[in-house]
Amino acid sequence: MELLIFYPLAGFSLMLALGVVMNKSPIGSALCLIGMMLGLAGIFALQQAHFIAILQVIIYAGAIMVLFMFVIMLLNLKGTDTKWRARERNTLLTVLTTFLALGVLYKVITVIFEFNLDSPAKVPDTFGTAAVIGETLFTDFVLPFEVASILLLAAMVGAVVLAKTKLD
Amino acid sequence: MITELLITLAKILFIIGVTVGFFAPILTWVERKQSAIMQDRIGANRADILGFTALGLFHAIADALKMFTKEDFIPEGANKILHTLSPIIAVIPAILTFAVVPFGGVYNLFGREVNLVISDLDVGLLFVFAIASIATYGYVIAGWSSNNNWSLLGSMRTASQMISYEVTMGLTIIGVLMVYGSMRLTEIGAIQEDFSRWGIFLQPLGFLMFLTAAIAENKRIPFDNPEAESEIVAGYFTEYSGLKFGMFFMSEFIEMVTISAIVTILFFGAWHIPFLTTATLLSWFEILGTTGANLLVMLIHVGVFFAKVIFFIWMQMTIRWTLPRFRYDQIMKLGWKILLPLSLTNVLVTGIVILMLH
Repeated sequence: MELLIFYPLAGFSLMLALGVVMNKSPIGSALCLIGMMLGLAGIFALQQAHFIAILQVIIYAGAIMVLFMFVIMLLNLKGTDTKWRARERNTLLTVLTTFLALGVLYKVITVIFEFNLDSPAKVPDTFGTAAVIGETLFTDFVLPFEVASILLLAAMVGAVVLAKTKLD
Repeated sequence: MITELLITLAKILFIIGVTVGFFAPILTWVERKQSAIMQDRIGANRADILGFTALGLFHAIADALKMFTKEDFIPEGANKILHTLSPIIAVIPAILTFAVVPFGGVYNLFGREVNLVISDLDVGLLFVFAIASIATYGYVIAGWSSNNNWSLLGSMRTASQMISYEVTMGLTIIGVLMVYGSMRLTEIGAIQEDFSRWGIFLQPLGFLMFLTAAIAENKRIPFDNPEAESEIVAGYFTEYSGLKFGMFFMSEFIEMVTISAIVTILFFGAWHIPFLTTATLLSWFEILGTTGANLLVMLIHVGVFFAKVIFFIWMQMTIRWTLPRFRYDQIMKLGWKILLPLSLTNVLVTGIVILMLH
């Protein structure tokens, strides 16, 4: 039953992930990315991690991608742009990214074979609920959490300073 | 297993029937009538069948006929796939929200617990918020794929407006979360059996800000800048006709029902009547037996819930026909300079009060 939902979802996500890379128009890529994130959220939900699934939708599909779309529209990027086309072919970059992708793939495959993933993992009942995630985040990982939020704040202030041409 | 499935199916059919089948067509009529009454006109009485006008109720049928038979026009240079897809993307989230909206409590029917919610999610409140943020895409893509400058302007306005007000909406939701200590909508509803714990008393400012942000998310007057007729023709749906236009039209009305339902659950006691607990109601109808009493109480609760929903729809209609459209910069100022600091303060004050009470 679970697999019946998992395989279509996984296939859908993979296809859209390919679509992100292969699509000629930037807006098409962005849309594929949104679809892929929704598919991922579905897979999270299937693993009983509702909270993570919802966060995936709110933060990535909902907030970040809307801004992406906004910027793409603002710049009015079209797939037919000559500059965009010219950058498409770059042998050095192609080779480098291929190596990178192959490396990641190798690592993923070795990890899969290293662990015995056949038996269904036993998770506690409270796994993935908001309460448990909140508790872990604010007890065991409170320092990394705070550091990350300070980093984000610094980035935000930096962006505002850079964007503001004249301080009044 | 089969009974469970059937019950869930019945709930889904009920909700879709009520929102798409009942509220959406009736609200088109209500909107016409309300505007007519507020502007001292007679209004909405032209559509008739053999001379009967039925108070103009046939306008809903006329609307549907017109939308089905009109030419479906896709402008030249438009992205055909996205142009067709975007009305669907806009209308689905509007209906999807009802998956987690409880329209009644838990009742003991025929020896089985029936919970009047399709999916009792642990993160129900966040689900509503997530769906609201997905809804943006339908409108944004609609404007972009039309290959029309007015449409593009409309969708840019949609994107910026919805992002801005989502922030406020999220922060007011946090206030509600802190007060009830749960994200499960059924639990939030159940807590409000106690009249003194209705959301409106615990989060009065939160209610006002949530309603404002919700109306802004729905893009109705006074926040209808994305479609501002006098400036950008019809904004993001300028190039839409027939059924596709109808979908945008419908999603606006369904969203109005959604907003009212969420406001009712979070701030106005959900399906409860003030000072009347479920136990009291059940004891009144004790002679009918367990199932009979439960059935009657269920009907009362569902009725009360939808009565509250109708009240908030009426309120939104009144706001829509009372206020003029805000200017674009005023909307941004209201969102970022007034509502955002206020909602942050709301969260802070709520936190301090909760800390002091403990």
